[in-house]
Amino acid sequence: MSGVVTLKINGIDVGAQENETILDVARENDIFIPTLCYLEGLSRIGACRLCLVEVKGISKLLPACATTVAEGMEVFTDTDRLRKYRRLIVEMLFTEGNHVCSVCVANGHCELQTLAQQHEIDYVSLPYLYPQRTVDASHERFVFDHNRCVLCTRCVRVCDEVEGAHTWDIRGRGIESGVITDLNQPWGTSVTCTSCGKCVQACPTGALFMKGKSVGEMVHSPSFLTFLAQMREAKK
Amino acid sequence: MAKTLVIDPVTRIEGHAKITIYLDDAGEVQNAHFHVTQVRGFEKFCEGRPFHEMPSLMARICGICPVSHLLASAKACDGLLAVRIPVPAANLRRILNLAQMIQSHALSFFYLSSPDLLLGMDAEPAARNLFGVAQQQPQIARDGVRLRQMGQQMIEMLGGKRIHPSWVVPGGVNAPLSAEHRDKILAMIPEGITTVQRTITWFKGVIEKYAPEIQTFSRVKTLFMGLVNGDGNLEFYHGYLRLGDAAGNIIADHLDPVAYQDYIGEAVEPWSYLKSVFYKPQGYPAGIYRVGPLARLNVVNACGTPLADAEMPFFRTLDRQSSFHYHYARLIEILHGFEKVQELLHTPDILSQRVRAEAMPNSNEGIGVAEAPRGTLIHHYKIDDNGLITHANLVIATGHNNLAMDRSVYEVAKEYVKSAHMNEGMLNRVEAVIRTFDPCLSCSTHAIGQMPLQLELIAPDGTVVETLAR
Repeated sequence: MSGVVTLKINGIDVGAQENETILDVARENDIFIPTLCYLEGLSRIGACRLCLVEVKGISKLLPACATTVAEGMEVFTDTDRLRKYRRLIVEMLFTEGNHVCSVCVANGHCELQTLAQQHEIDYVSLPYLYPQRTVDASHERFVFDHNRCVLCTRCVRVCDEVEGAHTWDIRGRGIESGVITDLNQPWGTSVTCTSCGKCVQACPTGALFMKGKSVGEMVHSPSFLTFLAQMREAKK
Repeated sequence: MAKTLVIDPVTRIEGHAKITIYLDDAGEVQNAHFHVTQVRGFEKFCEGRPFHEMPSLMARICGICPVSHLLASAKACDGLLAVRIPVPAANLRRILNLAQMIQSHALSFFYLSSPDLLLGMDAEPAARNLFGVAQQQPQIARDGVRLRQMGQQMIEMLGGKRIHPSWVVPGGVNAPLSAEHRDKILAMIPEGITTVQRTITWFKGVIEKYAPEIQTFSRVKTLFMGLVNGDGNLEFYHGYLRLGDAAGNIIADHLDPVAYQDYIGEAVEPWSYLKSVFYKPQGYPAGIYRVGPLARLNVVNACGTPLADAEMPFFRTLDRQSSFHYHYARLIEILHGFEKVQELLHTPDILSQRVRAEAMPNSNEGIGVAEAPRGTLIHHYKIDDNGLITHANLVIATGHNNLAMDRSVYEVAKEYVKSAHMNEGMLNRVEAVIRTFDPCLSCSTHAIGQMPLQLELIAPDGTVVETLAR
């Protein structure tokens, strides 16, 4: 049995288990912190930096999904500094890929689109990179569109940690990074893929979708992961 | 001294165009060209995209007639799936296309052309617009706005939104029609019919005033092409292509639209980014033809609906070659549109829940043809075995009309441009002949930018002597 700590989020006193993260506690208390790479049921990698929060006494910003609470901590989730950084992060996500909501299968059901709306992004102040990227439609049932990938690695983690197949991984470095299947080969030729579709459901954007879906028709339901995680917990 | 006149931009059209008039040393018109000055690249940048995206992607070619692109594209995709879509789905697509025909024709007639017709070709340019019309003839302006609204509301009720609905998908449509929306659309129709009939009565009363323009606008003799159904009647969604000659004879019938490449050629001219489309058996440029409302009504046996057919005897008395009569044809098609929507909404299975054929691609090539408000629209796609686009070719209504518009500009300029000095009325008549075609230049070049026209006067040595722009 872990101990209980008390802390302040945005000046409100909250109680928490000592092994919980700031994000967990914020969500329990209906305090909004934006996330993208975080998905309940998967490991926390703190990669997207959208859940950054300010903690009194610490000059650098900390990722709420990967920072454990501590007694007496004072957390701020919605400051001018954070809003500025978050907006910039979302803008950069848009500029480094090719995101065209109006013709996207996930239009209306996209976490990146929702983030842009939450941060009131009606224009992007940075120049677009317009990278040349491809679409892998070699799988019988699913399509992967690199143009819409934000490298959250939710597909990589769900495939490895939940399905146990580890079909997905990351290649390259920096701006050249991209997700790959098996040894960087067409998805349809993968020998490890079980075609379970968890990666498709876990994808926050329209990068992974079911073949045959038209604009706005790809509704992801990542909530299955919470269910899987709970079942596993119960088994232990 | 020889000069060149340039009208740039052309106003009250959809897209961006320029007209150049070349004058000889005596100040007489030697030649004239209609230039479409934009390029968009839709055929190229869709390569590599999953074909299921194509209807919505291609609909972005145009904000006026996205529905026609949706339909031609979805039909090409039906061809890739190699399925026959459920009949109610085809009928729902038909209704959507007719609703768009109503709104687009209303836009063309009332917003873009009625200022010329009501206020006169020589009216003060600052007042020669819909607001000028609203001041002088508020009822006509109101009718125009209302007709367009009705068309747009029908589109919204069917497709979920007015512009760029994503309702039309490969294999059909993605949601059935509700009884509530069917009843709401049906309730609008009597008002629509009364409104357009009032306009027709007014227009028939003033048509004689335009005898000189009617005559000048008829100097270019062309073939006509349009889609017809199995009975040879007016059809906007699915049927055969038919061509008629200048004298009114049918020269080709029951042409399979899917085989368009056998009889339609596309030529490239240095003076325009828009390709010049021609009828292959008669060669280039002799195979010049027109599409759109005038062409459709010229080739059909009948409209197939009673009220529209009641207008046909008068239509048949008009000079079939005069592009001026695009206007009247447009009004008849609005009337037909309301009647046909009513008829289709009364078909027993229109509320059917089965509106989509699900399939994986079964063919690597698909061709979709539909009638857009401005004329026949062809989408032609090829895909790889994974369903990604490898090739796209689009033949747009305004492309078919390109040669006819170019030659019409020349004929009208010859008639009205008499000296090296331009005036507003002259400029406007040259533009007016373009407006009769209701060209959609953004569509035809698959364009960024606005639609406005510019007129330039060019000397034999190539220097621009004078430019008139608005």
